[in-house]
Amino acid sequence: MTADEVVARLETGMTIGIGGWGSRRKPMALIRALLRSDIADLTVVSYGGPDVGLLAAAGKIRKLIAAFVTLDSIPLEPHFRSARERGAFEMTELDEAMFMWGLTAAGHRLPFIPIRAGLGSDVMRVNPQLRTVRSPYGDGEELVAVPALRLDAALVHLNRADARGNGQYLGPDPYFDDLFCEAADQAYLSCERIVDSAELQAEHGPQTLLVSRAYINGVVEAPGGAHFTSCAPDYDRDEAFQRAYAQAATAPEEWRRFTEQFLSGDEDTYQAAVAAFAKEAT
Amino acid sequence: MSERVTRAECCVVACAEAWRGDGEILASPMGIVPTIGARLAKLTFSPDLLLTDGEALLIGDVPAVGSGSQVTEGWLPYRRHLAMVAGGRRHVMMGASQLDRYGNQNISCVGDWAKPRRQLLGVRGAPINTLNNPTSYWVPRHSPRVFVERVDMVSGVGYDRAAAAEPVTTRFHEIRRVLTDLAVLDFATPDRSLRLCSVHPGVTVHQVREATGFPLTVPDEVPYTRMPSAEELRLIREVLDPKELRDREVRA
Repeated sequence: MTADEVVARLETGMTIGIGGWGSRRKPMALIRALLRSDIADLTVVSYGGPDVGLLAAAGKIRKLIAAFVTLDSIPLEPHFRSARERGAFEMTELDEAMFMWGLTAAGHRLPFIPIRAGLGSDVMRVNPQLRTVRSPYGDGEELVAVPALRLDAALVHLNRADARGNGQYLGPDPYFDDLFCEAADQAYLSCERIVDSAELQAEHGPQTLLVSRAYINGVVEAPGGAHFTSCAPDYDRDEAFQRAYAQAATAPEEWRRFTEQFLSGDEDTYQAAVAAFAKEAT
Repeated sequence: MSERVTRAECCVVACAEAWRGDGEILASPMGIVPTIGARLAKLTFSPDLLLTDGEALLIGDVPAVGSGSQVTEGWLPYRRHLAMVAGGRRHVMMGASQLDRYGNQNISCVGDWAKPRRQLLGVRGAPINTLNNPTSYWVPRHSPRVFVERVDMVSGVGYDRAAAAEPVTTRFHEIRRVLTDLAVLDFATPDRSLRLCSVHPGVTVHQVREATGFPLTVPDEVPYTRMPSAEELRLIREVLDPKELRDREVRA
């Protein structure tokens, strides 16, 4: 598939989970395709990074479900900040572990999973829909019943995949990409390179096969598809580009220029503009 | 070696002391000074501590801050990190944009949550951290803006809020210590509110009171925070932070 074909399967108003973590291994080529579309009014579920920032800047988020949004080396995501400070969208702010168990519950078709987090914190105040549950065993402990985070669609980016949707990560951390796929009614995987199934195991052990084709509805070959976030070991975060992104976010005029330069065309145009940016910097 | 011990070096030792006696658990420092502190603790009085590379690996060596690790002793992706939190085999030293007298911490936003005056990071893992593993806080600039009467969004849970939940739920709750550029504080008071333990050399009790936005319990005698030993100074200056990154976080 192409990234645009993936987006053609998505609809306005959907709940979309986005893999990666902060400014790491985000499915940015798919996000960029989403930005080119008319799709809006999204509920975005993400360990947030520039995916959230870009969608917020484009006004595509109706509601955000997240525990944080960060660019890692730049702690605060500028578009997320300004969108929140404008009250631009609703938010469900959860603890990181609540988020993980919400995805897990969805993948297991459970209504909730009880965990010891959230109690005593204002996560309960700002999410009045959250409920607690008492252990039916001797301890009688009260726990937070984290509701399932069921997704209409999941978007993730991995290092390698075969054409059928078996996905392999080669970096040090799987993040929660498998959970996003399992929690979703349909899941789309972009990867640096599509290879034969046999090749997936040629160099790396089976434990690097993170997502199963049983959960994947489409695969996109997108070299550089996580740019400007990291996709270790294929590439690190493009820090210079990320700085330019954050800088551009500080003023509407600069952001318009950034958008024109990098986001007004298709993915090939983007990658060419990035190459030109890198060349200019050296 | 210069004879003069800097404030940053004093803070490193104060942070390190928070992990004294912690045994075979994960030290999770956030910030430069706490990172040097955790590594100093491992090289001296808490040799069993586990350290991470800040990404997904447990490191088996003790490199300088900002330098790569050469030895890996374990795999610790986020999902396993969360298991270590919930299982209590971790002592985190987090930052705090706001902190109140009972140790409620905020890293989420300033102002009304629905439309914040200043959006910060989000609660991250602070709710689960504080109910499950020992937690300390590092505040590199002790000021009334950080030490407030009421935090705007309770991310990390303090003693009063923990007590309001049921005891069984909060049996693993422990806010151990608050380290700042001025002082060491803890919650060893009858109502588990903030108490001054020591001031760093060159700091007065008055200065700490002025920089704290609520009344602070102050013992009759306030000692000075202990100074680094000669060996600790050598480790900080030559091994752990030869580029003096600590001075960027704490000046003076």
